[in-house]
Amino acid sequence: MILSALAFYLFAGIAVLSGLMVITARNPVHSVLFLILAFFNAAGLFVLLGAEFLAMILVVVYVGAVAVLFLFVVMMLDINFTALRRGLKQHLALGLSVGVVLLAELIIVVGAWAVAPAVASHTAPVVAPLVTATNTQALGSILYTRYIYAFEASGLILLVAMIGAIVLTLRSRVGVRRQAIASQIGRSRAETIEVVKVPTGHGI
Amino acid sequence: MEIGLAHYLIVAALLFTLGIFGIFLNRRNVIIILMSVELMLLAVNINFVAFSSFLGDLTGQVFAMFVLTVAAAEAAIGLAILVVYFRNRGTIAVEDINLMRG
Repeated sequence: MILSALAFYLFAGIAVLSGLMVITARNPVHSVLFLILAFFNAAGLFVLLGAEFLAMILVVVYVGAVAVLFLFVVMMLDINFTALRRGLKQHLALGLSVGVVLLAELIIVVGAWAVAPAVASHTAPVVAPLVTATNTQALGSILYTRYIYAFEASGLILLVAMIGAIVLTLRSRVGVRRQAIASQIGRSRAETIEVVKVPTGHGI
Repeated sequence: MEIGLAHYLIVAALLFTLGIFGIFLNRRNVIIILMSVELMLLAVNINFVAFSSFLGDLTGQVFAMFVLTVAAAEAAIGLAILVVYFRNRGTIAVEDINLMRG
C-alpha cells in the first residue's frame, strides 16, 4: 500500500513538473521531450489505476505517433523562436490569474464532491470483474458490442483526419519535372513513329 | 496513506490548469498551444480513467480511448494546417493569423 502511494506521488509529481516544463521551456524541442515525459508518467498513473491497456495505448499512440509528429514539425520548420517569445511578460499576469482562479475552482469542486447513493445502482459493472477477465479482454468485450457505433465513428474520424492532412500538405510545385503518365499512354502511333524512305546514296 | 479518487482528480486539475496557463503564456507560438491542448486532453483522460477505476465501470476507459482518437486526429490536422501556414507566410505567429488571405 505504501509502495503504491509512493509510486502515485512519483508519477503525479513528475507528470505535473514536466507539464510545467512543457509550457515554460525556451526550446520547443525540449517542450516536446517534456510532453513525452508527461505522457509516460500519465501512463504510469493509468497502470496504478488498473487500466493497463490504455496505458500501453498512451505510450504507443501518444509517444510513438503524436509526440514524434510534433517533434518532426518543430525540427522541420525553420522558425525564429526567440521572436515568438516576445510579449511573454505581458501575458504572464493574465495567464496566472486565470490559471489560479480555475485551479481554485477545480479544487473546490473536487473537495465538495460526493457520489449520490443512487449512482451505484446505475453503474453496475457491465462486464466480468477483473478477477475473471484481464483489462484488455474486458475492454474489448465492451468496445465491440455496446460501443461498436462509436468505435466505427472514431475510425471514420481518423480516416477523415488522414485524408485531410494529406490534402492540406500536398502541393504541386512548378518547375519540377515529373512523370506524366496520362500523356505517355495517351500517345498514338501516328504521332510517334514515322517511316522514312531513304533513297540510297542520299541522307535524310 | 490511502490514494483515493480525489488525489487523481487533483493531479488532473493541475495538468488542466497548466494547459490553460500554457495557452495564455505562449500566445504567439502555435506549436506550444497545440501541446497545451494535448496536456488538457491528457488531464481529461486521467479523470475518465480515475472515475472508471473507482466506480468499477469500464465505460470511462472506453471513452478515454475515444478522446485519444480525437486528440490524435486533432494533432494531425492542426500540424498540417501549421505546415501550410508556415509555407505561405514564413512564420507561425498566431497573432498575425487574422491577416489570412490567398
